[in-house]
Amino acid sequence: MKKVLLFALALCLIAVLLPAQSERLRLATTTSTENSGLLAVLLPPFEAGTGIKADVIAVGTGQALRLGEAGDVDVVLVHARQLEDKFVADGYGVNRRDVMHNDFIIIGPASDPAGVRGMRDSAAALKRIADRGGIFVSRGDNSGTHVKERSLWKAAGLEPAGRWYREAGQGMGPVITMTNDLQGYTMADRGTYLSMKDKVQLPILVEGDPRLFNPYGIIAVNPDRFPHAAYFEAMQLIAWMTSVEGQRIIGDYKVDGEVLFFPDAVTD
Amino acid sequence: MLGALGQAIRLLIAGDREVYFIAWTSLRISLVSVVIASALSLPLGFLIGLKRFPGKKSLIAFLNTLMALPTVVVGLLVYSFISRAGPLGSLGLLFSPAAIHIGQIILCFPLITSLVYSALSRLDRRLPETLITLGARPAEVFRMTIWEGRIAILSALLSGFGRVVGEVGVAMMLGGNIRWYTRTLTTAIALETSKGEFELGLALGIILMAIAFLVNFTLHGVIKHER
Repeated sequence: MKKVLLFALALCLIAVLLPAQSERLRLATTTSTENSGLLAVLLPPFEAGTGIKADVIAVGTGQALRLGEAGDVDVVLVHARQLEDKFVADGYGVNRRDVMHNDFIIIGPASDPAGVRGMRDSAAALKRIADRGGIFVSRGDNSGTHVKERSLWKAAGLEPAGRWYREAGQGMGPVITMTNDLQGYTMADRGTYLSMKDKVQLPILVEGDPRLFNPYGIIAVNPDRFPHAAYFEAMQLIAWMTSVEGQRIIGDYKVDGEVLFFPDAVTD
Repeated sequence: MLGALGQAIRLLIAGDREVYFIAWTSLRISLVSVVIASALSLPLGFLIGLKRFPGKKSLIAFLNTLMALPTVVVGLLVYSFISRAGPLGSLGLLFSPAAIHIGQIILCFPLITSLVYSALSRLDRRLPETLITLGARPAEVFRMTIWEGRIAILSALLSGFGRVVGEVGVAMMLGGNIRWYTRTLTTAIALETSKGEFELGLALGIILMAIAFLVNFTLHGVIKHER
């Protein structure tokens, strides 16, 4: 009895201590790329072709970059150009490449009490929502979407605060669900919105402003700073995402017949 | 709710490979964590339950306090140690099953120890004393005392299992919810909820409850059988 127990314990310890350090690559990315299902079609051919197992950690852009700054991941795929440039300038990342883009949209109740439907100027639309007392749900989590939203408030010349401005501190999916429950307004990336639009009653009210452009970049973590980083594997992933084949998969990926991301790395 | 139940059954019958893998990951990681934690908890619980020593009261109070630790705090604490920027960063443990084990062991160790200690302190004090008088070695005293309290101890281990198999803070923060690697039932539920797939999340929750029930049922059966 005792021997069996000891043996079981020893087995458990071995199982825990055996590091699964095969060719693993850690990719920190945003919830929009993971939740939209894009990575589920983009990564398997990469893994099959290279034998590298890509571990996806889906968080907000701010947190993804912090994971890179701590050296806890090998490569980041994010969408906040200013933060990305700072990440590279501060020596945490190298070899940034454009991968793809989509755009942000402002969604809200069909009744549109603030009357922003059809506006082109996104900052003016936000100002109108604030002026007319509509509920606005903000990500409030320093994600790429949140960074963009704050820049628009700044462009509108006001500091959002008060009971109408709800900072959720959550991912895009929960924020869309919350906005639906409150029948308020929010700004979302089109990819996540399309993947959820059947579940909510929130039509697109504002779109097409050039300021709502949402580009995604991929950056390898600096191997000079973090010698343990899987740099070679990270560069292989960057090569794959920006290859003709990888870009074709991105451009072909559709949810309900709608393209979610437009490839940027290889142009015809 | 009925829809979720139906979907849970469909997922299990359809033999969805990913759902099985996630369920297996949850079960495996939690069981191993509990086994390791109990290797520490049983001797300590035995010590507290049957011996007198200075500082015993404070130790019990400390263990009881630890039982109130939020899982997210345990996750944060372990995270700060095993992140590359932390003191144990060079081990590269973050976002791996081993990282989840560390967090879960810290979570269930105080709970199991407290329950083992209270189970053993309810045993007849004369048992260990008699054993010692009869010339039993300390290891034998330990073994026979544990055996005497086996049902309460099993309950302690199952409570520990319940604490870790159903928690999401540690698994999410330290495991990273990585598909085919560290995604457990609880992190999968969190993910599906964030995507607005409430029914699928509920279905996974039902599967989690089914697993917990099976583990409890099986282990209780084994102990009753041995009586």
